[in-house]
Amino acid sequence: MTLQLAAPAVRPASWLGGRWVRFAVRRTGRLLVSVWVLATAAFLMVHAVPGDPVRAALGANAPASLVEAKRASLGLDRPLLEQYLSFLQGLVTGDLGSSIVTQVEVSETIRTGLPGTLTLAVAAFVLAVAVSIPLGVGIAVLTRRGRARRTEFAFAGTSVVLGTIPDFLLGVLLVYLFAVELQWFPVAGRSGPESYVLPVIALAAGAVAILSRIMRVEMLAVLEADYMRTARAKRLSPLRTYLVHALPNAVTATLTIGGLLLGGLVAGTVLVENVFAWPGLGGTLVRSMLGKDYPLVQGIVLVYGVLVLLVQTLVDVLLALLDPRSTIGDS
Amino acid sequence: MRRVLTPLGITGFALLALILFLAVFAPSIWGDRATTVDVPSALQGSSSEHWLGTDALGRDLFARVLVATRLSLELAAIATVIRVAVGLLLGTAPMFLGRRLGGVVMAAVTILVAFPALLVVLFLATIFGVGATGAVLAIGLAGAPSFARLCHTLFASVEASDYIAAARTAGVSRPRILFRHVLPNVAEPLVVSATIDMGYTLLAFAGLSFLGLGVQVPSYDWGQLMQDNLSRIYTDPLAAIGPGLAVVIAGLAFNFIGEAVARSFGTRDDVRRPVAPPRRVPASLRRQDQPDLLTVEDLRVDFTTSRGVSRPVRGVSFSVKAGEAVGIVGESGSGKSMTALAVAGLVDEAGVVDAGRLSFDGADLLDGGDHRRLLGTSLAMVFQDPMTSFNPAHRIGAQLAEVGRTHQALGRRVAWARAVDRLQAVRVREPERRARQYPFEFSGGMRQRAMLAMGLMGSPRLVIADEPTTALDVTVQKEVLALLGEIREQEGAALLFISHDVSVVREVCDRVLVMYAGRIVEDLPASELDESSHPYTRALVAAVPHMETDTDRPLAVIPGQMIDPSESPAGCAFAARCPRASVRCGVEEPVLEVLPSGARVACWHPGEARSVLMEKAEVRR
Ligand code: SF4
Repeated sequence: MTLQLAAPAVRPASWLGGRWVRFAVRRTGRLLVSVWVLATAAFLMVHAVPGDPVRAALGANAPASLVEAKRASLGLDRPLLEQYLSFLQGLVTGDLGSSIVTQVEVSETIRTGLPGTLTLAVAAFVLAVAVSIPLGVGIAVLTRRGRARRTEFAFAGTSVVLGTIPDFLLGVLLVYLFAVELQWFPVAGRSGPESYVLPVIALAAGAVAILSRIMRVEMLAVLEADYMRTARAKRLSPLRTYLVHALPNAVTATLTIGGLLLGGLVAGTVLVENVFAWPGLGGTLVRSMLGKDYPLVQGIVLVYGVLVLLVQTLVDVLLALLDPRSTIGDS
Repeated sequence: MRRVLTPLGITGFALLALILFLAVFAPSIWGDRATTVDVPSALQGSSSEHWLGTDALGRDLFARVLVATRLSLELAAIATVIRVAVGLLLGTAPMFLGRRLGGVVMAAVTILVAFPALLVVLFLATIFGVGATGAVLAIGLAGAPSFARLCHTLFASVEASDYIAAARTAGVSRPRILFRHVLPNVAEPLVVSATIDMGYTLLAFAGLSFLGLGVQVPSYDWGQLMQDNLSRIYTDPLAAIGPGLAVVIAGLAFNFIGEAVARSFGTRDDVRRPVAPPRRVPASLRRQDQPDLLTVEDLRVDFTTSRGVSRPVRGVSFSVKAGEAVGIVGESGSGKSMTALAVAGLVDEAGVVDAGRLSFDGADLLDGGDHRRLLGTSLAMVFQDPMTSFNPAHRIGAQLAEVGRTHQALGRRVAWARAVDRLQAVRVREPERRARQYPFEFSGGMRQRAMLAMGLMGSPRLVIADEPTTALDVTVQKEVLALLGEIREQEGAALLFISHDVSVVREVCDRVLVMYAGRIVEDLPASELDESSHPYTRALVAAVPHMETDTDRPLAVIPGQMIDPSESPAGCAFAARCPRASVRCGVEEPVLEVLPSGARVACWHPGEARSVLMEKAEVRR
């Protein structure tokens, strides 16, 4: 009786909970450190610009007094450490300064542009994962042990070509085919759901090409694993053998390798938004880079960086859900 | 090199040749055409005169695309040089700066690699400013960290080698080690990687110029031409798409070459589909109504590979009675494991399994019917490597419960409770907690016990254990063997125990089958192993490791090697290693003869032990 009473003290739930809590703490810690490194880099970026950034932004003809006033209002005349601290303080409070050119607050500009960029990136992420995993598994099963050589060849060829065409170029081709010629989808802009189709495909296609190839290779490796023989020894149905025993392990391996690629989708939005005149941060970033509007560039680069870090964290969480070993990470 | 010249590689090199030709000669051939301003014929669409149309100043776009090859390629090349140079510098930093500082450099590299290249490029382009120079610097530097990491990985693998260690101890200076010993060894993969990356660099440049952040007017590269004409996609689509196609062709050239080179390095799985359909003996010819639990007659396993047919099992016949413990011993490559897998129907698809008869518990396993439930509940398997035999992604309990849910139609809870109960049966402590754990939280011995518990989810009539204790240390081995014994007693299960270790088999089994080169060469009671007739069995028994022998290298004492399973010798397969081999042994294959005692042996010269055996048999009668 005493034994049974004592048992709940080491209940699996609490024990498991402990591991998840530790994982969450460690992963959050890493995220925060990464964000700090990123913020520091963004701060230093402006100071690494050769010459006077304010002079560069306002142009050679701007009166010296205006330049001085601007410098003072941006705090560029203060000591570096002081600037750094107030920059970090601003980040915490959501104050990213204001544009040199338009005076509009950077946080305001980001607030308007972020939803467009975010929906694009998220949709592409979901599409890339949702298509490449079944595709890779299907091709792996079909082409196992040198079967269906033609299928394998067609798949490898298509994925190499698709993986080579840069997203912005694919966007242009898609616009030409499906918007100009067939007129199935709008040419540009963000309106109804149909306006998402082409930009999301353009952004995700390259990732699908590469991820599905990785998925195929990983699936082939998993199918040869000892535990698959154990699964067959249990005489499970083939479907269960594939879905329950092979798939999670292959997806884990694929995400581990492909996580970086999915983060790349965030950066890819800059080019794709440009093709589709998509109202997001990408266009603003390019314009502000051309106009040397450094506070704006700084803010937007920071946002992109944080998005990339969030995608990586998301991938890590997915990995932890799929593979319990990764919650006991070493770093 | 020959293997690189696949259709893929040839296409790649042909495209590259075309691009290089254009880069060198296009400006002098089409230079005038590309710069001649002809305002009246501005913004024309595609025509026979202007294939891609003309731009806003009436210049021929096709000529401009061709001429732009040089600048596009030049910029990509410079960026690649920067990437490689800085990457090498960073990658070799740990060698020069020592552990501490080098570690810091590599940590920074690791952080940078985690960010998408395009983001780093945009970041650096902000610092270096808009324009071709800034873009070259930004793209080159942004690629440096990943190249540095590749260098670092390659260096680390070379540095671990003996001759570097030798050079170190000999006091050779670090730069000398780097340039004389390390770099020459990693040059090939580095060059390949740089080539492939040149393609990506081209694409990155096109992207940056397309955004207007790269090459500026009046210079033009492909990206800039794209940006210039994108708005014309409605009216003159070719003008908008043409420059892009050039980018893709160039990118493909580098990618195809890279792919071809990478494929020539990689080992391809060249196992082909088996060609011959399994030969079946008509059912009428099979003997029926054997009382044995397992009957195997003339079992063969063939694998067809590109190098020919490999035959790991060549006509094996034996039977196992209910409750009997039968061992199969032999060196690795003798076909013992493959025999076990074939009996269990677990040979993977590349192999063709064929037998005159294969029946288990009264069911004909060759009749093509669905024996999943029978095998799933009555046949338990234990494999050699407990570390890899459980699925790392699922809890132990779930992996056990699955059997009950699939074959015994148990509900989730009932199946789980049974899994916990079975874990307890194999003496796993705290089975409830353990059931919720993952395989990596189990020790090797515990996993092997859990594997037995998995077999106990049903009611096994036969346990096939393939080297179940080889991967375990001695005390754990004993536990697992004891457990096997208990299970046999409680369940009345028979055992087919595969091992290279004669002493373990002697301990566990009633009867021993000795296999060599895919055949059974002797079949005798375990108690009579010391009086065996076959020279191979004798050698195996003599080679039993003693206390002082290295247990990692069992049976190393039998001189010579097993024949390759793809060869089929004319005479006795053991002849080359056999001390008693005669002329006959080399030309005629010995058949497995049944001795009066019921034992079987395949040898032309069973030697003096045979007479001893026969005498014993006489006495018994
Ligand atoms: S048949 Fe000849 S070669 Fe083969 S084991 Fe016997 S004696 Fe040796």
